[in-house]
Amino acid sequence: MSFWPYYGLQRGITTTSWPDGAEDSAGITPGRPRARPTERAEEIAAVCPTQALKVVRQDGTDGVAVDFSRCIHCQRCRQGENALPWTTDFSWGAPSTSAQSTLGSRFTRSLQVLYVDAGACGACVNEVRLIDAPPYNLHRLGIFVTATPRDADVLLVAGPITDAMRTAISKAYAAMPEPKRVMGMGTCAINGGVFGESFACAGGLEKIVPVDLWLPGCPPPPLAIIHGLLSLVGRVAPAALEEQP
Amino acid sequence: MSIAKALQEWLQSIPKLQMQKRSEQWLQLLCPAEQLPELTRHLVEDEEAEFATLLVEESAKEDALSVHYLFYLPSTGNLIELKVEAPAGTELPAISDTVHAADWHEREAWDLYGLRFSGHPFLGDFVLHDDDWPEGLDPMRRSFDGKHRPDLHGSGVDWAPPRLLQEEGAMVFPVGPVWGDFNESGLWLLETPGEQIRYLHTRLFYKYRGVEKIAEGRTVDQGLLLAERFAGASAFAHAWAYCQALEQIAACQVPTRAQQLRIVFAELERIRHHAANIAEIAGSTALSVAKALAQGIVEDLLRLSAQLCGHRYFFGVLTPGGLREDLDESKLKLIKQTLPELDQRMQLLEKQLESSSSFLDRIEEMGTLDNELARIYGVVGPIARASGRSIDLRRNLPYGQYVFLSPDIPVEQEGDGYARLRIFFAESRISVKIILELLPFMAEGPVQSPCPIQEGHALSWVEAPSGATFHWLRCTGDGTITRLRLGTPGFRNWHAFERAIEGAAFQDFPIILATWGLSIAENDR
Repeated sequence: MSFWPYYGLQRGITTTSWPDGAEDSAGITPGRPRARPTERAEEIAAVCPTQALKVVRQDGTDGVAVDFSRCIHCQRCRQGENALPWTTDFSWGAPSTSAQSTLGSRFTRSLQVLYVDAGACGACVNEVRLIDAPPYNLHRLGIFVTATPRDADVLLVAGPITDAMRTAISKAYAAMPEPKRVMGMGTCAINGGVFGESFACAGGLEKIVPVDLWLPGCPPPPLAIIHGLLSLVGRVAPAALEEQP
Repeated sequence: MSIAKALQEWLQSIPKLQMQKRSEQWLQLLCPAEQLPELTRHLVEDEEAEFATLLVEESAKEDALSVHYLFYLPSTGNLIELKVEAPAGTELPAISDTVHAADWHEREAWDLYGLRFSGHPFLGDFVLHDDDWPEGLDPMRRSFDGKHRPDLHGSGVDWAPPRLLQEEGAMVFPVGPVWGDFNESGLWLLETPGEQIRYLHTRLFYKYRGVEKIAEGRTVDQGLLLAERFAGASAFAHAWAYCQALEQIAACQVPTRAQQLRIVFAELERIRHHAANIAEIAGSTALSVAKALAQGIVEDLLRLSAQLCGHRYFFGVLTPGGLREDLDESKLKLIKQTLPELDQRMQLLEKQLESSSSFLDRIEEMGTLDNELARIYGVVGPIARASGRSIDLRRNLPYGQYVFLSPDIPVEQEGDGYARLRIFFAESRISVKIILELLPFMAEGPVQSPCPIQEGHALSWVEAPSGATFHWLRCTGDGTITRLRLGTPGFRNWHAFERAIEGAAFQDFPIILATWGLSIAENDR
């Protein structure tokens, strides 16, 4: 005889109140750099191994702009004397240039998500697995995970889009009923990330199916994934992919 | 330690064999191809050597390959490298009939280099899928441009699953590549006459990113990003192995404090990896409260990681020569405060699971890999230790500060799902102990020493959470990678997985899969 319901109750409620309340627990996000005006823009941009930091000149002053679609949180610009300030936010979902309108109120209580792994390293998969764990509890927001494209409203794809997964992604997309939305998760899905475009990777989900929302991050933490899904429905304000100083 | 006299004498008795000591620990044998099967058989069967990995390198000479078979002796901690030259068009004798652990390595070398192994029964459709990749194009060859997708596509042959079972009503039931809720992509073909799974055919490499190929031509700094981000669940372990290779080439001494902190990070990663596996095992048996409790532990460990180093998965922590950042007193204190409580929650969860008979019914005598099969397939890590093989690189081939620590290595004999679950729990407990016992003895001083870029090559290894990983790195004087070999535990263990499924019932497949806890990203690379 086991007492699992009791063990569960014993642990108490651990679920975040976000998006209704604020969430600032330590360690829920890797954070990311902020753009800022600075005279040492060249030096700062040079430490970035993925060209996410860009030097911009406006009205005679230098600054560092951040391209979040390239940032992999390597933290090199967080350290040292030229360090950039880092945020601890997670509202990262940003509409793509070809984004359709938000799904609207009919989907606020029931949004079905199909997850497809197209070469993700395992960190994205692990973060996705945590969104329906008690600390985040996806279901309280009326979002559910489905294993079949026929039921899915959102196609969530992670990884640099490997060659062997192209067909699977196209077929899953074609099998989804209208209206449907596509969300590319992680730097890899946006532009191939550290893997880039190669003989084995398309290096970007947009080359296979139209994308509505980009979720930058390597990997994006669970709350960022939830932010992305909520912004597809129009329940939270989306972010931008770039920040200017 | 030196190599046993008997082995040395035996080796000297073989004609045409050139011996060369690469270091006190590492013996290189230049051997003619025809002697390979006998030599490798002797090493594995009589000397109980373990197969580490197979490394193929294209030499500067036109189309010639040099093939390195790497073995290690767990009892003495010696490395034995058999090096065979293979001029263009050569066929090497397959060693996989005696060293079965090399089976997938030979298939991989055929797919990626076009190196044929005579006597190998299953060459083809492995890393490169026949229905997707043009025949006769070998991507790891220098002449192949890895930057673009080849124009020519597909072999024109429709791929059909292999069928062994010839019975009335027999069928092949496919699982994947997109399946279940949140899973990695892979295809499993279950052959069944109705209820019992007779054979399983695993078709992986849907996630093949060609990491070893795209690393070539990149700088060693960019290579580190690849090494730490190709398998996120054991990112720190792989980044550590990669950094060790660079440090070996540069003869760089990593400061003691950095060595100790590396152990702290690596053991934290092990606990998180195992806790995530436990969550999946509980979830596969529909025990949702147990899954939630385990996931709570995983999440708290991820938050702890982010508080320590800024990243939940330890990305960007390591740098050749040490660590990018030190952990100050307050962070060490945070570990000291957090870990015992997490450990208690793990132990409580273990007790609760062990008293759930309905749960134990689902994993006991399930997905069994007996000791003999585990030896033949040369499985590594927790899977091996659950099948009675007491091998762990932290003890058998110690690196860094593990030389002084000699951690306990838990071993179970049954090789079933329950044994693996117990190993996951036991290893996490030991990892907590290692960290807490190390913290009072932290050395003072810097966490980074200079690691200049030099021309050279090195083999390095780390006991990743999922088992032994071997990295081979060759780079030029200006820091360009010319060969990066990632010999991962996932690649070793997936090979044996199908043997654990045979005879299981259909509904047990996801449970057995969860008890193995294997990463596909680590296999596919």
